Order: sequence, then C-alpha cells, then structure tokens
Amino acid sequence: MRRDLLTQLNDARRERRAAVLVTALEGGEQRFVTPETLASDPLGEELDAALRAGKSRLIEQDGKSYFLTVQVPPVRLVVIGAVHISQALAPMAKLAGFDMVIVDPRTAFATPERFPDVEVIADWPETVLPPMKIDRYTGICCFTHDPKIDDPALDEALRAQCFYIGALGSRKTHGKRVERLLAKGFSESDIARIRAPIGLDIGAVTPTEIAVSVLGEIILSLRKKPLRTEVRP
Amino acid sequence: MLASDEDILGQAETWVKAGKGVALATVIETWGSAPRPVGSHLAITEDGHFLGSVSGGCVEGDVVTEALDCISDGKSRMLEFGVADETAWRAGLSCGGRIRVYVEKVA
Repeated sequence: MRRDLLTQLNDARRERRAAVLVTALEGGEQRFVTPETLASDPLGEELDAALRAGKSRLIEQDGKSYFLTVQVPPVRLVVIGAVHISQALAPMAKLAGFDMVIVDPRTAFATPERFPDVEVIADWPETVLPPMKIDRYTGICCFTHDPKIDDPALDEALRAQCFYIGALGSRKTHGKRVERLLAKGFSESDIARIRAPIGLDIGAVTPTEIAVSVLGEIILSLRKKPLRTEVRP
Repeated sequence: MLASDEDILGQAETWVKAGKGVALATVIETWGSAPRPVGSHLAITEDGHFLGSVSGGCVEGDVVTEALDCISDGKSRMLEFGVADETAWRAGLSCGGRIRVYVEKVA
C-alpha cells in the first residue's frame, strides 16, 4: 500500500468521511476514491454498492480482480432528553451496535445513576452538538417535546443532513413545531425529513415499546434509504 | 487490548512514520467458516512486531514470515490457507474454512 494512501485512509476515518481504497490485485495499482469522485471512476457502480453495504470486498471486472477497502464512519445516535424512553433505548441501541450519547440540560434527569452504561452530557444541545460534528452517519432522537431543548437540536440535525431525525410529540405538538421551523427559514421538504410522531406504528404503549418502535425506525432509515453515498450539499 | 481494524491501519502509519519497514496483510476472500471477515488486517514490522489478525491465530506465523520477505523484496503476494491446502498440517484453519490473504509493503 502506498504510504500516502494509508495516510488518506486514516485521515478519512478520523474525520468521519466515507472512502474506498481500490487495489488492483494483478499489478498492485491503487487509488483512493471518495463519494465525490465516485461517479467518474470506472468501477463507480461497484464502489457505490460497497459503500452502501459498508463492507470491504473483492470484485471482478473484465477478468481483473480488485480489492475494495471500504471506510465508513461508525453510526452513532444522539438522544435529546434523559427520559424514561431513553433509559429503555440505551441498552437496545448498544445491542444493535450503535454508539449512543444522551444530551439533556436538566441535571435532575441527566445523571449517571439513571444511565449507568451510556454517555450522558448534562448541557444544552446548542452547546454540545456543534463540537460533536454531527453528520449524515448520525441519527438524532428528540424526546423532551420541550421546544427550548428539542428545537436547537432539530435545527443542527437538519443542517447536518442526519440520516435519521425523530421527534416525540403528538400531531398537534408537531404542527406547532413545523410552524416554528418554517419561521426559522427551513423549507417544507427539510421539515418533512423529521419523523413525527416518532417511531414505527406498532401500537407501542410503554416506554420500552416506544423505544423498540424508534429503534426499528432508525434501522429502517439506515438500511433502506440511499444513505452511504449521498454527497453532502 | 483488542485492536479494531482501524487501529491497525493507524498503527501501521505510526510505524512507517517512525522509519520502520511495514507490511500489511488483508483477508480478501473467505470460503466456508472463516474466523476473520473479509477486510481484516494484520500489520507487521521488519523487526517482527505485529498487530491485528487474519485468522484465529492459525496462520499468523506463516503470514508474518511472508510479510518479512515482502518487506525486504517489496513485492506483494497472495497467500491461501485452508484444510484443502497442502500446508494444512503446518498452518491450516482448524475451523475448516479457507482464506486468501493479500500481503503488501507500505512504501
């Protein structure tokens, strides 16, 4: 492997960027491909498929073998609100393989005692989210249905093109939320990306059942939509 | 400590920056039940240090030996291991799977 390509691959990982290193097994030529340069690559379609799957693989084209070393950022979940549903969601998200962090400025809620196995940050979303550099490999769940906590998080999530944005609250609560976001300058198609009322309709009643419906919706958004290779505008 | 494949590439870069000869072995194909998935890495230095794995410890010895040759001659090579291989008793996969490993110098 060329040293400069190894550095590019490691840089992409540190900066949470997707990339593929293509190695021609006969001859050993290598090139570094990003979602931005994918379209012009002769193996474009294969690279696109590998990026979507998020897995390294061997491919054959015109009798030649290529190995694709695929780098995609690990998916993480940011949960706004250290509430009962979050307590149920934390162990489920861990089982499903997601990195999760909970953000809630209300120190009575955001305690390590209530959340023994997950990172909890007792601060405002508008303070916590910008340095976290949320991106399209991040999912956001807003569980407080308090505009002064949820709205700034939705604002950040919409701008960052997060693959999943869900917000708790009745249709009436969401209606008011839509008005506030329109007033802030978001378009209707932006706002339509918010899943509200949150969760798949499985008739969930208890906090645990709601957490199941939300996790199902997150997995649906992750696996069934073209996520991996959409280029950020 | 267990190292993820990302840590291994990071360590390979650190070794190269420290001026060491480094080879990288990657599982590129598996058949049957193989212990490590496609894309798994093993990084090796010229003085015999290594990090990561390409199997459950069954074939690492042979891979390291080939990697040291690769570091000295600079040529990439393809290795294949499995129970059907003539090396089965020397360095075979006890799980019954087969793997192909690509070994390349970081240069």
